[in-house]
Amino acid sequence: MLTGLFNYWIVVMLMMSGLYVVIAHGNLIKKIVGLTIFQTSVFIFYISMAKVDGGTAPILADDIMHYSNPLPHALILTAIVVGIATVALALSLVVRIKAAYGSIEEDEIQQQDNQFEADKKVRKEE
Amino acid sequence: MKDLFAVVMLSGIYGLLSASFFVAMDAVDVAFTEAAVGAGISTLLMLVVITITGRSEKTTRHNPFPALLIIIITGGLLIYGTLDMPYFGSADAPIHNHVAPRYINDSMQEIGIVNIVTSILASYRAFDTFGELVVIFTAGIGVLALLSIVRRPVDDDKIACINYSMHEQHLVVRIVTKMLIPFILLFALYVQFHGDFGPGGGFQAGVIFAAAIILYAMLFGLSSARIVINQPFIQLISAAGVLLYSCVGLVSLLNGGNFFDYNFLSNDPIAGQHLGILLIEWAVGCTVASVMIIIFFNFADYREMLQSNKHKYNQESS
Repeated sequence: MLTGLFNYWIVVMLMMSGLYVVIAHGNLIKKIVGLTIFQTSVFIFYISMAKVDGGTAPILADDIMHYSNPLPHALILTAIVVGIATVALALSLVVRIKAAYGSIEEDEIQQQDNQFEADKKVRKEE
Repeated sequence: MKDLFAVVMLSGIYGLLSASFFVAMDAVDVAFTEAAVGAGISTLLMLVVITITGRSEKTTRHNPFPALLIIIITGGLLIYGTLDMPYFGSADAPIHNHVAPRYINDSMQEIGIVNIVTSILASYRAFDTFGELVVIFTAGIGVLALLSIVRRPVDDDKIACINYSMHEQHLVVRIVTKMLIPFILLFALYVQFHGDFGPGGGFQAGVIFAAAIILYAMLFGLSSARIVINQPFIQLISAAGVLLYSCVGLVSLLNGGNFFDYNFLSNDPIAGQHLGILLIEWAVGCTVASVMIIIFFNFADYREMLQSNKHKYNQESS
C-alpha cells in the first residue's frame, strides 16, 4: 500500500504546495511559479500511471517484451510545450500589468482599483 | 524567499529534477522536452520578466490560514481518491488494457517506426497534435498582441555602450558560447530528424533550436541578433508551420482518405506514413522554434524600450 501509492501521494503534496503558492502569495510572478509547480505535478502523475514494472521506454527493440504505456507520454509531451506557451502569455500579461499599475503585488493593484472606483463615484456626485 | 531571482532559479532546478523523474519512469521523450522547456526556456523568460518587473517581493502577506485550510481539505480528498488507484507499476491496471496494447503490438506494422511515442503523436493522434500546435501558435500571437512595439526606439548610443560593456565583461562566456552555438543548432536538427528512431521529435527540436538563438541574443545583444533573425520572417515561418501541418491533412483528404490518414500520401502505405510523419514533425519544429523566438524577442524588445525611455527621462531631468 505505502510503496504502491507513494508516487501519487508525492504528486498530491506537490500539487497542493503549488496551489498554496497560487492562493497565499500576492506577487504575480510567484503565482505563476506556483502554477508551474502544479502543472509539473500533474505531468508526474500521468507518467507514473504509465509505468509498468519491468517495462522499458516505449522504443521498439527485438529482445524486449514489456514496454511502459506510450499514450500518456505522447499527451504529456505536447502538454509541456503548450504549458510553456501559456506561461509566456501569463508573463506578458504580468509585464503589461506592471506598466499599467506600476506594481505586480495583488493588494496594491486592488487598492488602486478601489481608489479609481471611489474617485469615479465622487465625480458622479459632483 | 523574498528574492524572485532565487525563486526562478529554484523553479529551473525543479524542472530539471522532474525531467530526471521522467527518465526514471521510462518516459524519455517527455524528459527530453521537460529538460529543454522547464530548465531552459521557462527560466530564461522568467528572468527577462523579473528584470522588467522588479526583483524583490513585498514583505506583507495574506493571512495563510484560509489557504492552508483549503489545501488540507483538497489534499485530503485527493489522497482519499488515490486509495482506489491501481498500484504503481502494476501491469493489469485499466490504463494498460485499452488502446495501449494495439499501439505497442501493431504500430510497427501500421506505421513502421521504432519510437511508439512518435507514432502516436504524429500519426494515430495527429489531429490532437494539430490542436496543440494551434494553441502554441495562438499563444505566440497573444504575446505579440500584448507586447509588440509599433515603433522600435532608435538604437541609443548610450544603451549600446552599456550593453557593450556588459558583454565585454563576459568574454569567456561569449567565446565558449560562440563555439557551442553551431553544435546546439546541429543537435536540434539531429533531434528533429532522429525522432523516429529514438527519443526526440519536432517539439524538442524546436525548443532546443530556439534556445540556441536566445543564447546568442543574450550574449551578443539584441541588435546583432536582429541582423540574423528578422521578426517578419520568423512570424512567417511560425504561420507556415501550421499551414504545412494542415496541408498534409488536406492532401490525404483529397487523396481519398481521412484527415491525417497518411496511408494515402503515397502508393505504399508505410512510405506514406513515413512521409506524413516527416512533414508534420518538420512543421511542428518550425512553429515551436519560431514561436519561442518570437516570445523571447518581444519580451527583450519591450525591456529595451523601457530602458531607453528611462534613459531619455533621466537626460531630460538632468
